[in-house]
Amino acid sequence: MSTSQTSPRAATPTVTEPAARRARSRARLRRRLTPYGFLSPTGVLLIVLMATPIVMVVGYSLMDQVITNKNPAFVGFDNYAEVLSDPVFYTAVRNTLVFTISSVIAHFAIGLGFALMLNSPYLSNRTKAGFRMLYILPWLFTVAIIAVLWRLLLNPNGVINYILGSTGLTDGRTEWLSGTGTALAAVTFINIWSGYPFFMISLLAGLQGIPRDLYEAAKVDGAGVWAQFRNVTLPQLRPIIISMALLDFIWTTQQFALIWMTTGGGPINVTEVLSTFTYKLAFTQYEFSVASASAVLVLLMSMVLAFFYVRHQKARD
Amino acid sequence: MTTLATPGRTASGVPLRPQPKHTGKKVAVIAGLVVGACFAALPVLWMLASSFKQNSEIFAYPPRLITQGFSFDAYTTILTDPTKLRFFLNSYVVALSVTLLTLLVAVHAAYAFSRYEFWGKKTINVIVVSVQAVPPITLLIPYFGLVVVLKLYNTYQGLILTYMVFTLPYAIIMMTGYFNTLPRELDEAVKMDGAGPLTALWRILLPISIPGMVSVGIYTFMIAWNEFLFALTLTRTEDMRTVPIGIQLLMGQHSYEWNEMMAMSILGAVPVLVLFLFFQRYFIGGMTAGAVKI
Repeated sequence: MSTSQTSPRAATPTVTEPAARRARSRARLRRRLTPYGFLSPTGVLLIVLMATPIVMVVGYSLMDQVITNKNPAFVGFDNYAEVLSDPVFYTAVRNTLVFTISSVIAHFAIGLGFALMLNSPYLSNRTKAGFRMLYILPWLFTVAIIAVLWRLLLNPNGVINYILGSTGLTDGRTEWLSGTGTALAAVTFINIWSGYPFFMISLLAGLQGIPRDLYEAAKVDGAGVWAQFRNVTLPQLRPIIISMALLDFIWTTQQFALIWMTTGGGPINVTEVLSTFTYKLAFTQYEFSVASASAVLVLLMSMVLAFFYVRHQKARD
Repeated sequence: MTTLATPGRTASGVPLRPQPKHTGKKVAVIAGLVVGACFAALPVLWMLASSFKQNSEIFAYPPRLITQGFSFDAYTTILTDPTKLRFFLNSYVVALSVTLLTLLVAVHAAYAFSRYEFWGKKTINVIVVSVQAVPPITLLIPYFGLVVVLKLYNTYQGLILTYMVFTLPYAIIMMTGYFNTLPRELDEAVKMDGAGPLTALWRILLPISIPGMVSVGIYTFMIAWNEFLFALTLTRTEDMRTVPIGIQLLMGQHSYEWNEMMAMSILGAVPVLVLFLFFQRYFIGGMTAGAVKI
């Protein structure tokens, strides 16, 4: 590309007037097409592996017995009706909301608490760096690892039951992940443990970016620690908090692996979320059409959230 | 600030408030930090400790952090099993390919976003941002059909291309942001000398963008190394499985070899941990840029 662009300029003096004009307009055209050239690999990838599958899944959701049947018939919104009349779908929606909202709130609370401590002026930078490293640890492990680790810790004979039992808080025999009363809380807790560092790091960066003079001014006005936090820290962090909460909300509603590997959605659907519900429809019941309808509903939900996220990001610019 | 602890007088002669108040705050913050560190790190410590136990000792009563039968057996078992070594090889091949290809494609797209005005720029930008929110589960069902048609089922290429769909948008956004911080005069100067945009990108911008590319690369590697859902669905044979699936397969066997699962987990976490230790600054840069800048 580099050599071809230089040629018109070098050739101009020797060629006739219309030819020169043509060469110039060709150069202009090429300049105009250049950004599309740079974007083309991305475009091809996103068209083949993002746009096409989305069109396909919408198509699947309107047909009968896709994948398993060679000539599926068009059935309109029948599959959607089937999903929307399935009580397990509503259980999954409810569980997804409980799981997501609890996780996002706890990620925010723990993330902010840790970020404030890590930003404390009373400690040396060395100490803070050391603690920061420990605090990021949970985020570095893949979900598969987190799932087996917590299955070990929360095992009825495991160390958490031992600690709770010996302090007398419980009888020490709780079946955390297989009890209907505790499973959802347990997977939510695991998700909280593994996800807060992302929030924390962003909030910490946000805290470090708050200008010192804002605090000085607040102190001059006689604001105490709490008033400074409420009137300076929180408003300054607001854009980051909203961004992170929306991102976290989007990602947490999509969580699959953690639940799949700890409870598989059970016992009796108490930890069934939309992603495990959809996955089971497709890959254990082979109801690919109904699963597609469910997948499209999940997509619509995510797109609504994404709309708010994009709008929020635009407003920040 | 902590050096103020020595009591004394300020220049104006007003006695400095005695400092125990600060020490008290310092102690409180450290106490809070230690509690937090227990929450964050004790489970990880338990994983490490369990990987050195005999399987019979995993649920010993009362539980012991440091075992009497300390051994590397679990590690030896895994590292001498060709099936499990293959999981690691697969994960490295896939994650490294995804990282390199994502960077390669992303810097060109980012260059277009950063240096050109063109028709449809805003729309394409919004598409790239919102594509990140598409739920993997939605794509999974059509992918299953698509990779079979494209003859990519149970191949490295299938996984690599799939992961790029998820890593690319983030990488483009990050690199666009990075290029935007670099003055335009740099590449304009090269173009004055008759060089094309590709030369400007490769000779001038990329060499000074290495910190940004390291951040993006680490993040991309981590996403690819950790991915579970597509690795589970788009591969079938044991010789194509990645580490996360390998860990799940260990769990599916009749008897639970907890010590081996923990050892495999530690080994599976090592690449990311090492990257983190050596590139902590870039790592954190990659984590925050999304929410703080954009």
